[in-house]
Amino acid sequence: MNLIESSGLAKRYLRTWALRECTLAIPAGHVVALVGPNGAGKTTLLNLAAGLLRPSAGRISVLGGETPGSDAARRRIGFVAQDAPLYGHLRAGEMLNLARNLNLTWDEKRARSRLADLGIPLARKVRQLSGGQRAQLALTIALAKEPDVLILDEPLASLDPLARHDFMGSLMAAVAEDGLSVIFSSHVVAELERIADYLVVLNEGRLQLAGDVEVLLSEHRILTGPGGEMVLDSSRIAVVQATRAGAQAHLLVRTSARDDAAPAGWLFSPATLEDLVLAYLRDPKASVLPGPDLTAAAEGQAVRA
Amino acid sequence: MFRLDPGSGVPTYLQLVHQVEQSLRLGYLKEGDRLPTVKETVRALAINPNTVLKAYKELEHKNLAVGRPGQGTFIAGTLGRVGPAEQKALREALLDWVRTADDAGLDAEGMEALFASSLRDFLDRRDGKRPRRGGSQAARSSRQAGAVA
Repeated sequence: MNLIESSGLAKRYLRTWALRECTLAIPAGHVVALVGPNGAGKTTLLNLAAGLLRPSAGRISVLGGETPGSDAARRRIGFVAQDAPLYGHLRAGEMLNLARNLNLTWDEKRARSRLADLGIPLARKVRQLSGGQRAQLALTIALAKEPDVLILDEPLASLDPLARHDFMGSLMAAVAEDGLSVIFSSHVVAELERIADYLVVLNEGRLQLAGDVEVLLSEHRILTGPGGEMVLDSSRIAVVQATRAGAQAHLLVRTSARDDAAPAGWLFSPATLEDLVLAYLRDPKASVLPGPDLTAAAEGQAVRA
Repeated sequence: MFRLDPGSGVPTYLQLVHQVEQSLRLGYLKEGDRLPTVKETVRALAINPNTVLKAYKELEHKNLAVGRPGQGTFIAGTLGRVGPAEQKALREALLDWVRTADDAGLDAEGMEALFASSLRDFLDRRDGKRPRRGGSQAARSSRQAGAVA
């Protein structure tokens, strides 16, 4: 089953295209990080998946063919918009009551015990909670409807490092317990590697990179060697981004060549997810999408090499 | 419980594997002990549950742990702990080598690098060439793995 499937998906606001030619197939059972600079189209894509926006062109389906916004899709999706919008003048307990009445499925016991574990008093007004507590309250509400997928728009943006760690820890515990899928947007790149097992990079409204994190990391390498001109066999090694500093050059490359098959004088080293994301974001034109053709070609080269 | 070193460059699941192995060597963990549940671990470390599952699978693959459905993962094996006399002899031999390297003008970093790369070559040759993210990196990083607190 695919979590999100889209083809030629596009969204236009007046004359501005927020998202263009977005073709994706994200398998379920993943923790998906949606990464990109401000204005890349992250929120637009999440809102399209949640059914809060209609596409200007193309198609999108969620959870194995459901139309976003349909009753079936809405029942199975938990959505937390940016900055965890809650009613500030309500008490935490009243916020739960409100959400219970707005949702068809609701696990009250679990919601209450979750807030108790987090030390969030039901009698406290939402506006008197800390940023981290508000984010946890919004997450508690989204989890209480027992969704198959949780869509979180910038859940970490306004949290301090400790609250970020605790938020992600409790989110990952929920994933371990219920096996739900998660898709979240973020521009905090450094912490993604521990959390996400599927990466989607958007840049300037276009899909730049999408794939299983483990596969992406195994296909990308840092190549370090002498600066100056170099001729690489581009059928075996594709340069995503090159940084030259004096006598040394660092290239982020996509290749299936083995470590000991680096060109003479050059050294392969593993790339981190952060290296990879930054390299793609720096060059909006670079794009690699997983596809049978590319994989087959890469394997063919590896055998020849 | 586990701890992570984000700057080490060692994949997270391998850090978990190394810490269990280290604890076995040092006697902190013994046969029959229950490892922290996946949920406990991901909550404490804020990491993807698949990472913990992968680490536990690797420990099972090495016959060091066994998963019992509904109960958790338990330590099932021991790591060959080298006897004190043998350890002493190995240490002496290594010290001789360090002295020779020092006489030849190699500094501490040079020795460490040479040892790490020799160990890597040895393991690669002994285990047959394995993909980079598996065997050789494990060898490269085993020195850095911390103990389970």
